[in-house]
Amino acid sequence: MKILVAVKRAIDYNVKARPKSDGSGVELANVKMSMNPFDEIAVEEAIRIQEAGIAAEIVAVSVGPKQCQETLRTAMAMGADRGILVETDEEVQPLAVAKILKALVEKEAPGIILLGKQAIDDDSNQTGQMLAALLKWGQATFACGVEFAGEELKVNREVDGGTQSISVKLPAIITVDLRLNEPRYVKLPNIMKAKKKQLDIFSPAELEVDITPRLKLIKAEEPPVRVGGVTVADVDELVDKLRNEAKVI
Amino acid sequence: MAVLVLAEHDNDSLNPATLTAISAATQLSNTIEVLVAGSDCAGAAAATAAVTGVSKVIVADAAHYGNALAENVAPLVVELSSSYSHVLAASTTDGKNIMPRVAALLDVAQISDIVAVDSESIFKRPIYAGNIIATVESSDRIKVITVRTTAFDPVSSEGGSAAIENIDAGADMGLSRYLAQDLTKSDRPELAAADIIVSGGRGVGSSENFAIIEELADKLGAAVGASRAAVDAGYVPNDYQVGQTGKVVAPGLYIAIGISGAIQHLAGMKDSKVIVAINKDEEAPIFGVADYGLVGDLFKEVPNMVAALDK
Repeated sequence: MKILVAVKRAIDYNVKARPKSDGSGVELANVKMSMNPFDEIAVEEAIRIQEAGIAAEIVAVSVGPKQCQETLRTAMAMGADRGILVETDEEVQPLAVAKILKALVEKEAPGIILLGKQAIDDDSNQTGQMLAALLKWGQATFACGVEFAGEELKVNREVDGGTQSISVKLPAIITVDLRLNEPRYVKLPNIMKAKKKQLDIFSPAELEVDITPRLKLIKAEEPPVRVGGVTVADVDELVDKLRNEAKVI
Repeated sequence: MAVLVLAEHDNDSLNPATLTAISAATQLSNTIEVLVAGSDCAGAAAATAAVTGVSKVIVADAAHYGNALAENVAPLVVELSSSYSHVLAASTTDGKNIMPRVAALLDVAQISDIVAVDSESIFKRPIYAGNIIATVESSDRIKVITVRTTAFDPVSSEGGSAAIENIDAGADMGLSRYLAQDLTKSDRPELAAADIIVSGGRGVGSSENFAIIEELADKLGAAVGASRAAVDAGYVPNDYQVGQTGKVVAPGLYIAIGISGAIQHLAGMKDSKVIVAINKDEEAPIFGVADYGLVGDLFKEVPNMVAALDK
């Protein structure tokens, strides 16, 4: 079985994003970019499934500008066997990403597709579910545990009140949540090896996918700034303030 | 045109999160119809019919709708959607699971996690962990939307008397099956609905030490939350997590204990009315958003606070 794993180049986890001064978008010039943290967990899970002897090949896919090649090299240094970049400098929204991935699924015929549950830039949490819809496959979202049982997957999911387990028929989509695993550190020799792995590049047009955005950004602005308050000397003062000033207890 | 809201429920009762989705819907239309897809869900349907502002409750009752599987519920929503300008659901784990599937089947974008309705096609939503508020315009014929529950005041669960219409169920797609769930059992209020939340972070140090947090929470009748760091460290289950990738909360009082205040945590709680931070590191970013900060050792200060509350 082949696994397709989707990886997004996103703002680094530790960077605080700011809007451009004219409000026309997000300031990303000279900002550190990394693989979306949830996608790292997806890559790690793919590798563990391969290490368990269930999958033969892992193909990492990214959609975006040329620099996404670095993201794919990271996935390959972790252990993905090859990479595919669908290169475009245009904005690609989740529905368009799902359509691109569907076109690649038709070429590659994977048994499982792993994705992060959301990207930490647009916080959409859509692509995996949309891809499952377009492929008419089952979807196991927010996964915190994955087990194979014949032609089915048993997946534990993070839900609002705790966890839920479902069974999904293969082929299936899995979107991963943070407790699923801890991604491995990339070792230097593997970074060297990854440079030699196959990386194919397509354009959205070659895949016959229309990526025209459906949502237009009208304005990007900072939320109202919360101003820090006062420092209290001890718990007695704190309790007094909460009771008599804020009146919340 | 009418607006459709997908109800979240446990077949017997309506999840209060749906009341906030209905609240957002009232800003879009005077005609709000709510779909209750469930199994033996007459209780949930009756509860929905009593909600203020609901014009009609549409009920699809079949075994394969009993556990809100996206593969089965999404096609049902799509089937109904042509009569509506908007389809909304609360941005809960069920809403997040089902609605993008609906959107893709309709070949439209989803507008995730809206916090404001500017017009029938323009919405505000937080991106980049809430550090940016994006105003976006949808050009799609049907707008598929999830609603951030903390951003809208819930409509009343009483006072309505909507008609209930039963419709035929769609097929069981047979792609997935519900097996079981393991819900955190607690006598404390739910995080999403609590007036007071006491949260612990990595500074709490261990699962056992979380008892200190729980003791304060119980003294205040509060829910217990945690930072991602505390969840990652295994101190508490993931459903305690407050933040960008966990739950977004906005209680009247949020007490952050041993939480440094990473961007991702602030994204989940900075809309709380009053924020208290207790941390030994006076440089911790959490103090930048706290109304009341106490610099000190949580292992001393939290038990002291419990004692002070008795005075």
